[in-house]
Amino acid sequence: MSLRLGVDGAAWLLAGTATLALGATAFARVSPTPAVGPDFVREVQPILAAACVRCHGKGESKALLRVDTAAYFREGGESGALVVPGDPAQSLLLARVTNPDPKQRMPYESEPLAPAQIETLRRWIAAGAPWPEGVTIAVAEPRAATLPQRPAALKRDPGRLGYNRDVRPILAESCFPCHGPDGVARKAGLRLDREEIAKGTLASGTVPIVAGAPDKSGVMARILHPDEARRMPLAKSGRARLRPDQAATLRRWIEEGADWEPHWAYLPPTRPEPPATRGAGWAQSPIDAFVLAGIEAAGLRPSPEAPRATLLRRLSFDLTGLPPSAAEQGAFERDTRPDAYERQVDRLLASPHFGERMALFWLDLVRYSDSVGYHSDNSRPMWRYRDWVVQAFARNIRFDRFTAEQIAGDLLPDAGYEQKIASGYNRLLQTTEEGGAQPKEYRAIYLADRVRNASSVWLGATLGCAQCHDHKFDPYLQRDFYAFAAFFADVKEEPVGRRKPDPLPDAAQKPELDALDATLKQQSEALDARNPTPEWERAVAARRIPRFTTLEPVLASSANGTRVMIQGNDFSIIASTSHGPKPPLDSYTVRFKTELDGITALRLEALTFEELPRGGPGRDPMGGFVVSEIEVKDASGRPLALKNATASTSDGEGFSAAQAIDGRSREGGWALAAADGESHRLVVELEAPLAREGETTTLTLVVHQNAGALRTLGRLRLAGTTEPLPVSTTQGPEPSSELVTTAGLDPAARTKEQQTALAKFYRREAPELQAERLALRTTELARQAFLEAVPKAYVTTAQDPDSVRVLPRGNWLDDSGEEVAPGTPQFLPALSTGPRRATRLDLARWLTAPENPLTARVLANRLWKLCFGQGLSRSVEDLGAQGEWPTHPELLDWLAVELSASGWDVKRLLRTIVTSATYRQSSVPSPTLALQDPANRLYARQTRFRLDAELVRDNALAVSGLLQPGLGGPSVAPYQPAGYWAYLNFPPREWDASPGEDQYRRGLYTWWQRSFPQPSLVAFDAPSREECTGERVRSNVPQQALVLLNDPSYVEAARVFAERILREGGPSVASRLRFAYARALSRRPSAAEERVLLELLRRGRVAFARDPKAARRLVAAGQLRAAKDLPAAELAAWTQVARAILNLPELITRS
Amino acid sequence: MRRPPLLLTDDLQAWHARVTRRAFLGRGTAGLGSVALLSLLDPRRLMAAPGAADATGVVQPLHVPPRAKHVIHLYQAGGPSHLELFDSKPKLQAMHGQPMPESFTKGQPIAQLQNQELKCFGPQHSFARYGRSGQELSTLLPRIGEVADEICIVRSMQTEQINHDPAHTFMNTGTQISGRPAAGSWVWYGIGSDANDLPGYVVLTSQGRGGQMQPIAARQWSAGFLPSRFQGVQFRSQGDAVLYLRDPEGTTRTQQRELIDAVRALTEAQPEWLDDPEVAARLSQYEMAFRMQTSVPELVDFSSEPAHVRELYGASSLDGSFAANCLLARRLVERGVRFVQLYHRDWDHHSRIKGDIAMKAREVDQPTAALILDLKQRGLLDETLVIWGGEFGRTPMAQSDGRDHHIKGFSIFLAGGGTKGGVSHGATDELGYLAVEDVVSVHDLHATMLHLLGIDHTRFTYRHLGRPFRLTDVHGHVVKAILA
Repeated sequence: MSLRLGVDGAAWLLAGTATLALGATAFARVSPTPAVGPDFVREVQPILAAACVRCHGKGESKALLRVDTAAYFREGGESGALVVPGDPAQSLLLARVTNPDPKQRMPYESEPLAPAQIETLRRWIAAGAPWPEGVTIAVAEPRAATLPQRPAALKRDPGRLGYNRDVRPILAESCFPCHGPDGVARKAGLRLDREEIAKGTLASGTVPIVAGAPDKSGVMARILHPDEARRMPLAKSGRARLRPDQAATLRRWIEEGADWEPHWAYLPPTRPEPPATRGAGWAQSPIDAFVLAGIEAAGLRPSPEAPRATLLRRLSFDLTGLPPSAAEQGAFERDTRPDAYERQVDRLLASPHFGERMALFWLDLVRYSDSVGYHSDNSRPMWRYRDWVVQAFARNIRFDRFTAEQIAGDLLPDAGYEQKIASGYNRLLQTTEEGGAQPKEYRAIYLADRVRNASSVWLGATLGCAQCHDHKFDPYLQRDFYAFAAFFADVKEEPVGRRKPDPLPDAAQKPELDALDATLKQQSEALDARNPTPEWERAVAARRIPRFTTLEPVLASSANGTRVMIQGNDFSIIASTSHGPKPPLDSYTVRFKTELDGITALRLEALTFEELPRGGPGRDPMGGFVVSEIEVKDASGRPLALKNATASTSDGEGFSAAQAIDGRSREGGWALAAADGESHRLVVELEAPLAREGETTTLTLVVHQNAGALRTLGRLRLAGTTEPLPVSTTQGPEPSSELVTTAGLDPAARTKEQQTALAKFYRREAPELQAERLALRTTELARQAFLEAVPKAYVTTAQDPDSVRVLPRGNWLDDSGEEVAPGTPQFLPALSTGPRRATRLDLARWLTAPENPLTARVLANRLWKLCFGQGLSRSVEDLGAQGEWPTHPELLDWLAVELSASGWDVKRLLRTIVTSATYRQSSVPSPTLALQDPANRLYARQTRFRLDAELVRDNALAVSGLLQPGLGGPSVAPYQPAGYWAYLNFPPREWDASPGEDQYRRGLYTWWQRSFPQPSLVAFDAPSREECTGERVRSNVPQQALVLLNDPSYVEAARVFAERILREGGPSVASRLRFAYARALSRRPSAAEERVLLELLRRGRVAFARDPKAARRLVAAGQLRAAKDLPAAELAAWTQVARAILNLPELITRS
Repeated sequence: MRRPPLLLTDDLQAWHARVTRRAFLGRGTAGLGSVALLSLLDPRRLMAAPGAADATGVVQPLHVPPRAKHVIHLYQAGGPSHLELFDSKPKLQAMHGQPMPESFTKGQPIAQLQNQELKCFGPQHSFARYGRSGQELSTLLPRIGEVADEICIVRSMQTEQINHDPAHTFMNTGTQISGRPAAGSWVWYGIGSDANDLPGYVVLTSQGRGGQMQPIAARQWSAGFLPSRFQGVQFRSQGDAVLYLRDPEGTTRTQQRELIDAVRALTEAQPEWLDDPEVAARLSQYEMAFRMQTSVPELVDFSSEPAHVRELYGASSLDGSFAANCLLARRLVERGVRFVQLYHRDWDHHSRIKGDIAMKAREVDQPTAALILDLKQRGLLDETLVIWGGEFGRTPMAQSDGRDHHIKGFSIFLAGGGTKGGVSHGATDELGYLAVEDVVSVHDLHATMLHLLGIDHTRFTYRHLGRPFRLTDVHGHVVKAILA
């Protein structure tokens, strides 16, 4: 008995803390037994630690019970208190551990406690169950074996069994469910997936695997146990017992020394020999040999080759994302040459649309979007990067180069325009502009974001899990995370704030830009050298600044369609969206409310805003405006009489502030000719003070802007004052009242900040500096105009690297961690740069180095997924220990080696895959296959799956003929339900559907707003692109039906398709239906299908003949005008037919 | 009772496998008529265990006896001040204008008050005791005061994110990192939904007045890595209540029906396609879509509500107000929707807190109380957990005449669904800065919510990127003290 306790105690000591060590040491010296009850620390605690705390402790508290601290223990769980101190017979604890029913007995599904252990507990309870102050109990981990360091790869003796190939599959199937990575399900603390634990000593004293000695190995004893009830796997687990050959394999492997191998994906891939197969003649390539071997082993046969029509549809969708045209289809079906199929493959690989199709999967990985993501989610258009990706795939640049240009394009020796664009990869992360966000915190967030992404994209690794602690399942250390992050510490990125694109002037433009920059610098420095004069200060000090309170806008609208929106934080009204309606003249009506009582004067501000021309405040190309007239009405709609208008501007002959209240809303007005970088204001007095009605006053402002030529306001705000009249303003910028006070102070009495603020205002305002300001402004405008012609993009600029520390528990406030240099994960092949600090370029080269075991496998797995709908390892995002073991590991290795050995030739590998017999099989499962391999893990057929979101759209546009096949350019805005962006702010925005051809671009080019992505794409599982997406879910939800039925994009496409059917489909209904099916589905309709469509057509004709107005409304869907020469009713009826076809599941399925 | 862990990587795939089998069994005997097809392919039927009509999620049976069947989260976005609403601090009043003792704030994260002098800012509104329980609440919330005996105020909340956007993500998903499922998605996934024609997780948004209008992103109701069908569906008050719900211009319901029938008939004419479970399921989704086109307009039409109920809430139609959304939330719960989240914005009172928070309180006081009363009258409160609260609280320190963001102590309240009424739990220190008694983390709140719904948060996992994820990450304890 004491021996057993001794073992437990020792096991627990090894995992335990210093306190516990003391207890165990005492035990080792055989301390005297206490007179009353057992010693808690020495005797009771080990039992609780080994038997109870795993399920009733800190990590997990089943039945709401914890026994790891005194307080929790006394509190009890769902079933009440555990012990009645002094009364073992009434104590639940004893009842549960001694319950004869194994289903009720604790520890659950484990060996019962030894009688001696139960006796210890009984004595402890009898003694009052004392629990010494401050003792907490951690889970007793089994003692780990100390293992020698091993090389990353083992040279496997071909005669010996291999762990990964021969042993792991057996353990994974039969043992890991209860003795594997899953800590919740784990029994007896045993992990057979970890060598050090499998070869170590368990709490029970057993050693599961003793190398070279199967007869001493606990594992062998249990799988061969004579007692049926104790034999593993336990009957109640529902798992099959090991077959004799499996047991023999385990035995032989242990005899041979139980050599472990590292996780398969961490071994360098070798090119395996394709296996021999029986089915001669079918296999076209090594791929087929690997696949066929698996099919034959399962006693199955491959499926026949798919018909040509299906083959070409499949190929076209996979390689270009577009359906084949009827002409392409016909040409292929007529082509009798033996290599007709390969010719189609080559044609499609050479298509520019190949690049677009490949970009779709890549952009998901790198989280490409047009907006920053956090909070305001403002725009950060990255389309030049997107176009670079499209081109890179189309031109088939080597994947190692493709990698280097993105991660370190700016550092390449031959870095040019394209490489800089590619380096935009480092700018794709989510960023914030939120006020109050701490730079230090966001620096940490951005670094982590970059680590998560790069490690997912290239290594298929979840390195992100090691941000707060060492990785739980893979050998990544927390230090690896931060060392990886340090590679990116030189990427220039403002932690918080608006992101501006970097200008990328070409060689010819560079000198001019430099010259402008130099002038700008010199002029602003000269201006900054000017300081306030005493006279100016006295003048400022003498000014009386009326105190205005901003009125809160409640509703805003316009007469002619200008979008006017309320911005929350500063109560301004914004009318600035670049794509929105631009009526040349307009009137804005804004209702305000305020708590002010007795308003005597109002101030209308015209505010600058960076999205306006030249920064505004006006919307005309110069940033100017004309306010022809303002009207102010009280809550009951009565106009208030206004007088004495004064303004900060005096621009233009025939224009004056007074004209804004002269009662003539068509002539003259308050004007600004051109933006001067300042906000402006108009102050008007009320004839009579406006009394408050109740708690608040409501008033309505109407701003007439009738000068034409878009001389409307882009941003405005209204404020009121209750100060006694007169209230007025003067030309030029107005000082704050604090500045007025400052100006009146003795210079010696001013703080440094006050002096700086005063000097800054002097430079803005002083009349004597007007010429200098004008010169500076001219240069600024010249630079701005010049930049219009220079391409701009968000690219990587290297700066001095920030220091990177290991953050304890990921806490950015904690600076106590070790500082780390850039480095790659310690267990992977080393990256050596000598004393030189490793750079992003080193990282890129390491990722695609021949000895890197992961990158080629990860990419090959992703490419396989593009062609079969699933990866060889389905967990395309994680090839680590917790990822899915590949169904065909040799095939995956073969593909990986093909890829890297071919010079990272992506097109070549795709060609190899799509020309295989495996790829060319039919996707229709035989009943046998459907039953035996429903998930198609054997590839005895092709896989059928729904097209990705963007391709659903592209397909409908292509079938209808609406698709604009142009490549590249700024992102576009397909129709979106109004108000979808209502919850964006800073600034408020609305979606403006793209006009003209841009409306009909491929889904790839859709503006990607992270916080509110295009809902018609989201319905089909398009991701928000906030994080790396390696695998889109393929859901099947009613929203998809709603989109295809009702989204104007699809209704319009159906109408255009209908027009085409009527024009090109021949004279008869039957020929038209055949035409429609050939275009949409590459096949002829069956007689049954024709009957259904004819009936639909007939009903449509009847309905629309009865209601011609409805017909006209249906065919009016979308921006493109319906054909005038086709009768609306007939077109509408055919539109219904076209809608039915565009809604067919077959249409959006790649088969 | 110990059950195998939930490690459902791909419940859909398992489902497909089952459907494939059934489809093959069904064919050849009777063929697949559309009615048979629908019942055969309705995923909820397939997921459900026999006899478990209302438990259609993956947690079967439930881990613990459920107390609640629904959750209504009245999400007050922007960070309502606990110091003006729920947590009376006379000492703070006494220290108004004095420097905030550094012992409170040293080394703590802070948002916009960085590098500024920190001064105490006394509560701007008074408190009173309400109900038989004598719960202490702001005088700004008299109507909620009338239901004080139904609610449980938690005054010791803490969160980990101090800026709006990440704090919302944390409150919804238990982490700041994007891409994780929202609590509503977890719940729908875990215990399914009783709603036939509606999504199991519905999001409503309303905009009040007088505030910062901090943005909210759709990521807050994303299903993250869970199957995307579990994402929250936003019901809107402008345009179509559900996106793309309206038939195309110029077409009628009859024509929409004919079109869907044609799509089905065309597919049935191709047995090769019909045998594909994915295709068959798609046809059933067309039926679901069609039903939604009918059921949603009925749902959002309040004309069937008696006048006194509309008056109780102060809502006459779906006008985008919080009041209307509260009434809609009750209608959704009645129809079996599992999780309803009402976002009400503009609690971000960096300045002018006195007037602005009074205005906000007026917007929510009556509708919140009405919802609790109405649920109670209908016998729904027992099975509906109501959560009222924001993503964080506000500093006891002044930011001009307002308060900054604050994460170390704030208040929320719960009602119904197996929680105790008329009690309060936890406390902050005497200045309302740090939660010091019975601290409740966001993870604890999630654990408690799941517990009330019958789920042990430690056993409710989803495998993603090689590891089991939980709503509560590796944290969280059920707050047993507030369970009824």
